[in-house]
Amino acid sequence: MKFGIVSFPGSNCDDDAVFAATETLGQPAVKLWHKSHDLEGSDVLILPGGFSYGDYLRAGAIARFSPIMQEVAAHAQRGGPVIGICNGFQIACEAGLLPGALMRNAGLQFLSMPVTIRVENIASCWTSLCTEGQCLTMPIAHGEGRYTVDAATLERVEGEGLVVFRYVDASGEATDAANVNGSLDNIAGVRNAAGNVVGLMPHPERALDSLLGSADGRVLFESVLAAVNA
Amino acid sequence: MKTFRVSIHIVPRKGLLDPQGKAVADALHTLGFDAVRDVHVGRHLVIETSAADAHAAEQSVREMCARLLANPVTEDFEIAGVSAA
Repeated sequence: MKFGIVSFPGSNCDDDAVFAATETLGQPAVKLWHKSHDLEGSDVLILPGGFSYGDYLRAGAIARFSPIMQEVAAHAQRGGPVIGICNGFQIACEAGLLPGALMRNAGLQFLSMPVTIRVENIASCWTSLCTEGQCLTMPIAHGEGRYTVDAATLERVEGEGLVVFRYVDASGEATDAANVNGSLDNIAGVRNAAGNVVGLMPHPERALDSLLGSADGRVLFESVLAAVNA
Repeated sequence: MKTFRVSIHIVPRKGLLDPQGKAVADALHTLGFDAVRDVHVGRHLVIETSAADAHAAEQSVREMCARLLANPVTEDFEIAGVSAA
C-alpha cells in the first residue's frame, strides 16, 4: 500500500509522516509536491502539519487552492483514505472535505504539549483498530486549533457520530480543563460521513515510539493499513 | 474599465468566542477605559481591482470574500468602502 504525503510550501511534518509510513508500517511512501496533479499511484493520502503559506490569511486557506488539492478531493470522493493532521486538518476543513473550522486557541497561546484524546468513533479508516472510549496520548503543537462549527452543523456532526476524537483528562473525562484550546464540545478530530477522511489537531506521526514519549499514534496508521487491505 | 480600491473588514462571527478581542478589551479596561464594552479583532484588506463601475467592483469583491477572503463558518465581512484608485 502506497502512501502519498503532500508537501506544501511551509509543511514541516511531511518527513515525519513519511517515517510513519515507511519505518513504522514498512510501506512505500512518496512526497507529492503541491503543484503536481499526479498522486503517483498513492492509495492513502496524508495532509501533514506545518505552516503552509505561512498561515497567511487563515491557516490552510491558501493551501486548499494548491493544484494537488483537486486530486486530493477526487481521491476522497472515490472513498480513498485521507488524513489531515494539524495544519492538514485546517486545510481539509478549508477545502470542505470536513465540516467546521479551526480558530485561534481560546487562551491565545501556541500550545506544544502532550494531550490525551478519547476515541469516540471507530467507523473510520483511521480508527478501525481502535476501541470506542480508548484513550491515546500524543502531542499537539498549534496556535489555531479551536474547533468551531455552526449550531446546525454541530448537531449533525454529533448526531451522525462524526466526532472521532475528544480532548479528555487522565481519567478519560471530557472536562473543560482538558479542553486545552477551547474547542467546541472538546472536539479534537472529526471524520466525513463516509469515514474515509479524518482530521485531527494532535500529531499521531509524532507518537510512534515509546522511546519518544508515546507510541499511541501507531494505531491510526495500522488502522488505515488494515482498512485498505481488508 | 477603471481601477477601484475596495476595502473590506473581516471580523469573527458574532457570538463566537473572540479571545483576541477579549484580551484587548481587558487591556483597555486596565488602562482605565471603563466605557469599553466589547472589542472585535479582525482583518482589513484593500483590494485594487478593475471594473466597469463601483457597483461591479463591489460585487466582484463580495464574491472574493465568499470564496476565499472570509471563512463562512467563523467570519463575517463587510465592504468598508469603494473608491476610484
